[in-house]
Amino acid sequence: MATITLSRVSKDYGGGPVLRGIDLEIREGEFVALMGPSGCGKSTLLRLIAGLEEPSGGQIHIDGRLVNDVAPKDRDLAMVFQSYALYPHMTVRENMSFALKQRRLPPAEITQAVEAAAVKLGLTNLLERKPKALSGGQRQRVAMGRAIVRNPKAFLFDEPLSNLDARLREQMRYEIRKLHRELGATSVYVTHDQVEAMTMADRIVALNDGAIQQVGSPQDLYDTPANLFVAGFLGSPPMNFLDATLAADGALVVEGQTLARVPPPAGLAPGATVTLGLRPERLALADPAEGVAARVDVVETTGTGQVAHLAIGAQRLKLFTMDGRRLAPGEVVGMVVPPDAPLLFDPGTGTRIA
Amino acid sequence: MNKTFARVLPRVLHALALAAFVAFALFPLFWLLKVSLTPDDLMYGEGVRLWPSRVTLDHYGAVLRHSQFPLFFRNSLIVSAATGLLATAAASAAGYAFSRFRFRGKAWVVGVMLISQMFPLIIIVAPIFRLLAPLGLTNSLTGLVVVYTAFNTPFAAFLMQSFFEAIPKDLEEAAMMDGATRFQALRHVILPLTLPGLAATGGFVFTAAWSELLFSLMLNSSAAVSTFPAGLLGFVSKFSVDFGQMMAAGVLALLPVGAFFLLIQRYLVQGLTAGAVKG
Amino acid sequence: MSRALALKLEPYFYTAPSLLLIAAIMLVPLVTGLSYAFHDLILLDPLSGDFVGLDHFRELLDDDGFWTALRNTVVWTAVSVALQFTFGLILALLLNRPFPGRGLVQALVFLPWAVPGFLSGLTWAWLFNPVIGPLPHWLQGLGLLATPQNILSDPHLALWGPIAANVWWGIPFFAITLLAALQSIPKDIYEAAAMDGAGPLLRFRRVTLPLLAPTIAITVMLRTVWVANFAELIVVMTKGGPADATQILSSYIFTLAFQRLDFGYASAVAAVLLLLLLAYAAAVMVLRHAMTERA
Repeated sequence: MATITLSRVSKDYGGGPVLRGIDLEIREGEFVALMGPSGCGKSTLLRLIAGLEEPSGGQIHIDGRLVNDVAPKDRDLAMVFQSYALYPHMTVRENMSFALKQRRLPPAEITQAVEAAAVKLGLTNLLERKPKALSGGQRQRVAMGRAIVRNPKAFLFDEPLSNLDARLREQMRYEIRKLHRELGATSVYVTHDQVEAMTMADRIVALNDGAIQQVGSPQDLYDTPANLFVAGFLGSPPMNFLDATLAADGALVVEGQTLARVPPPAGLAPGATVTLGLRPERLALADPAEGVAARVDVVETTGTGQVAHLAIGAQRLKLFTMDGRRLAPGEVVGMVVPPDAPLLFDPGTGTRIA
Repeated sequence: MNKTFARVLPRVLHALALAAFVAFALFPLFWLLKVSLTPDDLMYGEGVRLWPSRVTLDHYGAVLRHSQFPLFFRNSLIVSAATGLLATAAASAAGYAFSRFRFRGKAWVVGVMLISQMFPLIIIVAPIFRLLAPLGLTNSLTGLVVVYTAFNTPFAAFLMQSFFEAIPKDLEEAAMMDGATRFQALRHVILPLTLPGLAATGGFVFTAAWSELLFSLMLNSSAAVSTFPAGLLGFVSKFSVDFGQMMAAGVLALLPVGAFFLLIQRYLVQGLTAGAVKG
Repeated sequence: MSRALALKLEPYFYTAPSLLLIAAIMLVPLVTGLSYAFHDLILLDPLSGDFVGLDHFRELLDDDGFWTALRNTVVWTAVSVALQFTFGLILALLLNRPFPGRGLVQALVFLPWAVPGFLSGLTWAWLFNPVIGPLPHWLQGLGLLATPQNILSDPHLALWGPIAANVWWGIPFFAITLLAALQSIPKDIYEAAAMDGAGPLLRFRRVTLPLLAPTIAITVMLRTVWVANFAELIVVMTKGGPADATQILSSYIFTLAFQRLDFGYASAVAAVLLLLLLAYAAAVMVLRHAMTERA
């Protein structure tokens, strides 16, 4: 178990920076998700922690020890790869023993450790098989087994579930979470999937363009995103963004209609334009007479409810509702925005104002 | 009726065309074998018949017992095997570096290797002779091994590169996370997976070394260190009438490379495939 | 040593053995060999060795042997590569569709590639020998020859002997490379073209050829250079004769160096050949670049 500290870490392959001034403290026993779109630098960051790449600048400490100059093999970290990277010419048992053999542990101890890990992951019957003879889910488990058998300082996961189908992915999410609770080991988990990040992590590190956008608990990031990027990345269907004008009395005006009233934030002149963020599930339906008039464009049924694509003038937004009312395209409905739902963003910088 | 005909016709043409290619490829070798089995007294009388009325192994017996071919064969075997091993070892290291590292000067290294494949090798015979003679490496099998290893390393390196590129980088990274150095990862994880590629490359180099004539002729003049090609050519110019024995020797020269080729052919095509797709 | 430095040096550690060997055995001798072109260097003649500047190159302009060899080099290379390529492409297309026994057929048609060059030369020389070979009789039967003579001793026909051996020997190389490229073309492109109503010929012209073009360009270039340098078949089959009628530049260099022992002049011819090949390779690369720019 370990703490991992990154200070001013940067990476540049020669074609512009991939990571810029990353500062991050990962605490002992914590499950941290590095989340962002492809190309945001999250995998590079993980590989820097692993030692598979060299930082161009900054320092990485593991348990207080500077590891910039330490080879991956001497960092005592285990990694689960997206491709699983199982050694194809070795059996499951040999795959799981490899790291322990490298450390020259006595054979009896290796057998015991491998078999204990196999029991934990339900791999006991597969130990003598080669990876080729395993299903995708089984391979994923072997990759996990290869990591836990070592009892490393920390686990690094590089999008480990992205090659599984939806059902298996959900099950493995639960199992990885359970393993983490049992082992209590520090874990760093790279994913582009906001559901994985939300459901599994103690804290999420949202990355974009090689820089950290926000660090916090999943609920914090969901409720109080630091900027448009984080706000738009989390949530399904995603947050609505509307161009609005803030009146002197705190009224948010969209296409001539007042959607809600908020306490006017400091530092904003009356009449300023803002980007208004509204989560689809915070909006409610009402009679056309009440609330804001909106025209229904398309209706998607999700089973638990409906996603209505609405138009207010030239602007479009989505509304998620679980009341059983049947909506028809072309119909005009009323929409109610609870007073605590609006989030305001600076349209220029994307930073949240209120 | 007409429809069946239209469907069968392309297949028949396809088979016929392939049969023509197989016949063209094998006919010269078949002729080599046929003459080597024809008894001397029928050699001219039945010279152009497809198969002699009697066959004999006398020519093989004569070649194996009364000529120096067993010696040439042994020399060639030593030189080719040693070249195959050394060139494959050097080429694996270089091919691994080409496939796994970005480094300063890589384009130059690749360029140098390409250029070394482009010039007429004859131009360096004399300089090599002058380089090797003071070291006692002319008239020596070791000298040939050194020269052949250098000649074959560039192409073998490109071949090995394409085999390494077929193996995901993740595997050695996983091994490095598991406590191995890069070299240990290469030895325990990557090389075992490249075995077919190593065999194909080694076989290719073996064949090339087995076939080389000019340098063998120029660097080694003594019969004791002659390779098979040089020996056979000397035999041809001296006894150009004993066709049966010459062809028997030719068939013997063909055996090891032919066998090797049939074994590794599939992997060699695989390696060239990867290379071609990139090119 | 710091890890950063060790990581920087690692690739050089892996490439060093090959590089040192190639530098010592090929590059340094190449430079030495080229320098001989400017020296009067005759083996076993202790009085030779003087610097003669461009004398060899002036001599070359008046040397009929050089010009014949240059002409022959063009014919030899162009005809050999064109035939190797055409038959190689046909063979690759034939092998690209599945049929029972494909593995065996493939091994058999590729077999000539494994035959040592000198042995191919000897075998074909014997095939052209009217005493024990069938070819002169067949050629007479086809009306191509008046009498079953050995074409290798006819100055007008002799070059076709080594060309025949070269084509036989070189088809597999093209077939392997092109087959590999063919197999890398995704099947759905053909299916899409078929859905669009393109027949087999149109599919070949509009789909196969354009997608093969990059492979074809690079393979033909490399092979051309290689064939132009390939003297072995000619040395073995005709020794450049009769009366130097079949000399190509590389076999001419061989003759100059090892029969006349005139290494200085031989190196000058070799330098010219090298220059011509480099110019050719550069022209192909420029052309290829221009074509890809346009497309």
